[in-house]
Amino acid sequence: MIPAAFDYEVADSVEHAVELLGSREDAKLLAGGHSLLPLLKLRVVRPSLLVDVGRLTELSYIRDDGDTITVGALTRHHDLATDALAREHAPLLSAAAAQIGDPQVRHRGTIGGSVSHGDPASDLPAVLLALDAELLVVGPGSERFVPAADFFKGVFTTAVGPQEMLTAIRVPKHGDAGTAYLKFRRRSQDWATVGVAVVTRNGGGAIALTNMGATPLRARAAEAALADGPAAAGAAAAEGTSPADDVAASAEFRKHLARVLTRRALEQALAG
Amino acid sequence: MAATEQATYIGAPVPRREDRKLLTGQGSYIDNLTLPGMLWMALVRSPYAHARIVGVDVAAAAGAPGVVAAYSGHDLAGEWGGSLPCAWPVTEDIEMPPHWPLAQDTARYEGDAVAVVVADSRAAAVDAAELIQVEWEELPAVTDVARALDEGAPLVHDNLPSNKCYVWPLEGGDVAKAFAEAEVTVSERYRQQRLIPCAIEPRGVLAQSLSATGELTLWSATQVPHILRVTLSGVLGVPEAKLRVIAPDVGGGFGSKLNVYAEEALALALSRRLGRPIKWIEERTEGFQATIHGRDVIQEIELAATKEGRITGVRVRLTAAMGAYLQLVTPGIPLLGAWIYSGAYDIPAYGFECTGVFTHTTPTDAYRGAGRPEATYAIERAVDALARAVGKDPVEVRRLNFIKEFPHTIASGLTIDSGDYDATLDRVLELAGYETLRADQAARRERGDVKQLGIGLSTYNEMCGLAPSRILGAIRYAAGGWDAATIRCLPTGTVQVLTGTSPHGQGHETAWSQIVADRLGCTPEEVEVLHGDTASVPLGMDTYGSRSLAVGGVALYFAADKVIEKARKIVAHQIEVSEDDLEYAAGKFKVKGSDEGMSVKEAALAAWTAHNLPDGMEPGLEETAVYDPPNFSWPAGAHLAVVEVDSETGDTRLIRYVAVDDVGNVVNPTIVDGQVHGGITQGVAQALYEEAVYDDDGTLLTGNLTSYLVPTAAELPSYELDREVSASPTNPMGVKGVGETGTIASVAATMNAVIDALSPYGITDLDMPATPERVWRAIEEAK
Repeated sequence: MIPAAFDYEVADSVEHAVELLGSREDAKLLAGGHSLLPLLKLRVVRPSLLVDVGRLTELSYIRDDGDTITVGALTRHHDLATDALAREHAPLLSAAAAQIGDPQVRHRGTIGGSVSHGDPASDLPAVLLALDAELLVVGPGSERFVPAADFFKGVFTTAVGPQEMLTAIRVPKHGDAGTAYLKFRRRSQDWATVGVAVVTRNGGGAIALTNMGATPLRARAAEAALADGPAAAGAAAAEGTSPADDVAASAEFRKHLARVLTRRALEQALAG
Repeated sequence: MAATEQATYIGAPVPRREDRKLLTGQGSYIDNLTLPGMLWMALVRSPYAHARIVGVDVAAAAGAPGVVAAYSGHDLAGEWGGSLPCAWPVTEDIEMPPHWPLAQDTARYEGDAVAVVVADSRAAAVDAAELIQVEWEELPAVTDVARALDEGAPLVHDNLPSNKCYVWPLEGGDVAKAFAEAEVTVSERYRQQRLIPCAIEPRGVLAQSLSATGELTLWSATQVPHILRVTLSGVLGVPEAKLRVIAPDVGGGFGSKLNVYAEEALALALSRRLGRPIKWIEERTEGFQATIHGRDVIQEIELAATKEGRITGVRVRLTAAMGAYLQLVTPGIPLLGAWIYSGAYDIPAYGFECTGVFTHTTPTDAYRGAGRPEATYAIERAVDALARAVGKDPVEVRRLNFIKEFPHTIASGLTIDSGDYDATLDRVLELAGYETLRADQAARRERGDVKQLGIGLSTYNEMCGLAPSRILGAIRYAAGGWDAATIRCLPTGTVQVLTGTSPHGQGHETAWSQIVADRLGCTPEEVEVLHGDTASVPLGMDTYGSRSLAVGGVALYFAADKVIEKARKIVAHQIEVSEDDLEYAAGKFKVKGSDEGMSVKEAALAAWTAHNLPDGMEPGLEETAVYDPPNFSWPAGAHLAVVEVDSETGDTRLIRYVAVDDVGNVVNPTIVDGQVHGGITQGVAQALYEEAVYDDDGTLLTGNLTSYLVPTAAELPSYELDREVSASPTNPMGVKGVGETGTIASVAATMNAVIDALSPYGITDLDMPATPERVWRAIEEAK
């Protein structure tokens, strides 16, 4: 578990981080390190430069922007899970953050790192998809909001370019929506075998799935069936998904879990 | 306890003296050790389960920055005086293929080491290992124990006619008759999945060679420094007297460090060759491939019984995976269970046969319980199957068959020392509220709840405290089963204990100090316990098989006898009375009927000054006892597991666990509770979570702690424990082993609970671990 050699630079601003990223083709950002360090130690990734953004404390915040809550990219999962503002106005995001990994992971891992990593088994991406979140991506002289629906491109691939950095995430306040994030896992610290994020409002709703394909997915058929109730929506939840078939679970079992979890999540959300 | 002594410390929950050091970072694990001029070693391992090594080119690695040397298996062939040892050739015609520290022509499992590089830093060594070019010719592999003997199965050792390693039979009573006359028979087939030990501290070694004297010193994260010295002297071709082995603080073993590993031999050989200290610390992913695995056995068990459920015969056939090579005690592990497949039951006829087979997998060997969790699992699941067959509650069938009187000689030929099996069962049912649990279960079934309850029992017994040397000899084990202890009374009143056991988490320093304090009338703080260094403790057989207290602790008791005996002579001489006029209690000799006397501490000073000793007496007060147990120790107990099964997702959770154990007299109840808690967890892990999975090519798919699911406290309830005490008549302390009981009992209790939960669907069997997917599929198929 010894990483291959790399250079290391500390960024003192977002601009500096972007500049450093531009200095090497294979540079990688380091935030909480909880996705990157294991891959480095296994030598699965071998960047020649790590740009440490962990000291950009100005990116650690949860802010009320009127109709939206904005979360800085370096906000730790633990802060998201316990912050009063987040719990009141973005309870789905907060509840999902509380289910990530274990206490050590939640105290070190950041929302920006987790989301930028693009792991289909991570919890927050499906939540952001269900919430129609917008993600602020900063590059050299550029700054753009990317809708969650356009952000996740594939396994470990997102809309963040090689010389860009995710700096903030904006989610609409949940208002009177019912929400739930249910996650099936063998051990409490495990990645989701399957996860389901639901947002219900006025008889309709958004349903997004974790680990049911290369990216988080909206369960459109389930959303369409929601008018007929949670059971009908649950039955349609696996339509259009292509989950992995691996040692943790077969694709068939993942589809079954998506159906059960979707129904249960909807029941929970509708019960308020 | 002898009547002359008070039990002040024995039986008391004395806090573990080891913990302050370990918890404040003052422990000394291998990775904390550094020697001047030290080099690091890294290994190149086979990515294939089976491959011809066509060529190994170390040139690029040898020329890399910081690298001192790089070698292939052939380069080092001249270093070895012998193969890595297997100390248990279980039959006369067992196949024992050579096992070199580096494979030379063929790699036989994923992780088999084929080359080594030595550099001046760990990073440089690991970087350089990537530069070693190995040309492979991939060959077909067999990793499934059930297919190893199939016609045309790829051969693990192509000089052998098949993958068969040995066939080992045992029979007692008239088995054929029992089955011929049976009113009811039960025939079951179980799979003991392959397990990976995962001690928190990885393995590690540091070797130092002094060319001026020819002395070799090995620091190793091992359970067995004494066995290492004996065996590695042969592998290295050096006189045993020139080899010193030190086990410093060791962070868990569970059997995985009861072995002689390639890296230990390599570090010594490279230190000898290069004249510099060599260090290696196992990477966690290496540990998954290159440290021994556990279990991997197919079990077939049949019971013969009356229609009332009285068992009259047991017949067992095992197919046990050895892996690619025989490690230290690989072939013998299934045989440690062979004696107890009749469980806690009075069964007159018994037949057993084990076939050991080679597969292209990491070698198997001792893993907590070693053969006995497998045996208990088979008989306890089969007894539940019998209860279903005769329409009785599992409790009733158990009671009907229990051994009631002790000592009791079982059909396999061994004699159980003591026990009260009804007492532990009564107590566990009471603590668990068995009737209430059954009522809750019935109500949930009635309502059709999503979450269904399962209740499982395991009324186990086991044989541990390894082992009577004569029996070991009779079953062809290469060493004895005794252990040794020395008590050295220092002139100023404190005491040194030298123990041949080698703790790696068990708390021997605490427990041994309690024993000596009571026997010699001092405090535990006045007793220093030394262990794990063959230079300071030359005599010993180390720690495994729940043997340390029942063998090494008893040796310590007898060493105290000898100290008291000599001290009595000194005291009688000094105060000029007959030895018979002295009475001994709490460290003091007193002339009967008076206050005149001397303490052991005063006798120790007198023995050291030697100013006034009896004629011919040697100065000093230091005694050694070596104890060879006349019998195994036989713990037993009753465990009850409660699981909740989500019938929609298959998610199966342990929600209660009640254990009542009888491990004889207890020295430190806190330590015993800790052993039981950890042991139960390791068994629950097998039942519900852990499984080493190879794909068809022989690649380990569960090669790290993300995919191999070691459960944590977050997944488990707090266990409810109690004890009954049947003192062992075998030793004067009345103690038995406890290190493995939890694991031996809990696999069966947990799986019986899972099967019980699923029984309304007509499900009677499920492979371990009971993963959500397996449970869900079983329910779907049953529908």
